[in-house]
Amino acid sequence: MPKQLHKPDEVSLDSPSFLTRIQEQSLSFFIDMANATQYLKTVFKNFVTKKFEFQEFLKQCYQIGNKSVGLISITGVIIGLVLTIQSRPPLVQFGAVAMLPGMVAISIIREMGPVITALICAGKIGSSMGAELGSMRVSEQIDAMEVSNTHPINFLVIPRVFAAIVMIPLLTLYADAIGILGSWLGINIKDDMSLRYFITQAFVNVDFMDIIPAVIKSFFFGAVIGLVGCYKGYNAGRGTESVGIAANSAVVTASLLLIIVDLIAVQITDLL
Amino acid sequence: MEKQAKKEKEVKEPKNVVIDIKNLKKSFGSLKVLDGIELQLHEKENLVVLGKSGSGKSVLIKCIVSLLKHDKGSITVGKHELTDISDEDLIKVRKKIGFLFQGAALYDSMTVRENLTFALSRIKEKFSKEEINTKIIEALENVGLPDSIDKMPSELSGGMKKRIGLARTLVVHPEIILYDEPTTGLDPITSNEISDLINETKAKFNNSSIIITHDINCVKKVADRIIMIKDGKIYKEGTLEEFTNDDDTYIQSFFK
Repeated sequence: MPKQLHKPDEVSLDSPSFLTRIQEQSLSFFIDMANATQYLKTVFKNFVTKKFEFQEFLKQCYQIGNKSVGLISITGVIIGLVLTIQSRPPLVQFGAVAMLPGMVAISIIREMGPVITALICAGKIGSSMGAELGSMRVSEQIDAMEVSNTHPINFLVIPRVFAAIVMIPLLTLYADAIGILGSWLGINIKDDMSLRYFITQAFVNVDFMDIIPAVIKSFFFGAVIGLVGCYKGYNAGRGTESVGIAANSAVVTASLLLIIVDLIAVQITDLL
Repeated sequence: MEKQAKKEKEVKEPKNVVIDIKNLKKSFGSLKVLDGIELQLHEKENLVVLGKSGSGKSVLIKCIVSLLKHDKGSITVGKHELTDISDEDLIKVRKKIGFLFQGAALYDSMTVRENLTFALSRIKEKFSKEEINTKIIEALENVGLPDSIDKMPSELSGGMKKRIGLARTLVVHPEIILYDEPTTGLDPITSNEISDLINETKAKFNNSSIIITHDINCVKKVADRIIMIKDGKIYKEGTLEEFTNDDDTYIQSFFK
């Protein structure tokens, strides 16, 4: 019996079903893009023209901070610790171990802090927004809201997006501080350095042009997490299965977009 | 004799039409769900809509509150025609209509009190905290659940959720209530209680209702008039008596 080279359901490139599939997927992609554009337009229009749900915004700020702060603390310490332990041997080789606090601080402030915080929040907050709004869609709570003369975009989406835009930069600054503290712990495994001396060494080369672009970048990260999480949940299908799909898709899409936004932000910062 | 005269008088005196639907069509892709529905809901009337699953009953009432946009035809609620209705007029229409969803659709993250407060706070009439509290307690007493005021929806049974859903609908005193399968998934005793509640609500608030259901016991209890939908069209319209006496096998399959 000859070895089977192709799976029975595999189709060749010139098969009409393959073309049909490509056509369907392209169509589905363009429909999704059109829906996303329409969604962004509605969010922006309603933010400008309709009343801002301030109470709901505060509630969401609390939710985001409360849900993520523990995870960000643990991750921040570990990132600072690992970065220091990994960077120490090559610096020792070049006799530049004194530069370790400054180097780690710059890596954390410029890149690791914002990106790690955003990725954690995409997993924690983005998925929770996707699942919550998705389950509200499935159980007709969004329809009930609409019938009660409340635009769901105004009550559910806008406060969540703006809470993410406000909270992600704050969480990023917190993660930076915790990460730098983790780095001090890392240095003290092998060396003996006081916290005061470590802080002085860490910030000797850090200026505002390291901090400001990172904070601005994390505003955009917040917008991506909020918009994607809410979009996926708000547009979830009708079955219970859709809730899981919405949550999963929110994390995957937001994470991918975060990396793309980071790439663009780095290019822009490089030009400045 | 007196009863006969009263019935004749009721037939002769035309009641005001609160919802008027003409030639309503709605499709999802190539699937025609509603194909030329004609329907009138009169003042203080309980109209039951019967039909098998997927026949478009829920789509019909979702079109009435503009949760779904119809493709063709017209829906008139009071003075407002819903095709190309402005946002302001849609708000006015929705203020007149209460909607009891199949799963009650209580907001999971809010307590019963907050669910009812949310509905009240959205009708753009300013109420003091005391007024809101009085209205909420009154609405909960109407459905027999005043003790559930501080419970979360997850702490309520299916029947209780339906009652609280009805209280949330009633708290804003709508002129029309749309019930989407109010007794589905409930035991016979709770189903009877919900059917009684629909009648009590009508007696107390004089509202008109469209009730979507498969539950024949509920139909027998609440229906003033029945319409049956089949293949997207009105299959039969009449009173409970006319339906039960009809020899049509499709109709009888519901009433046996």
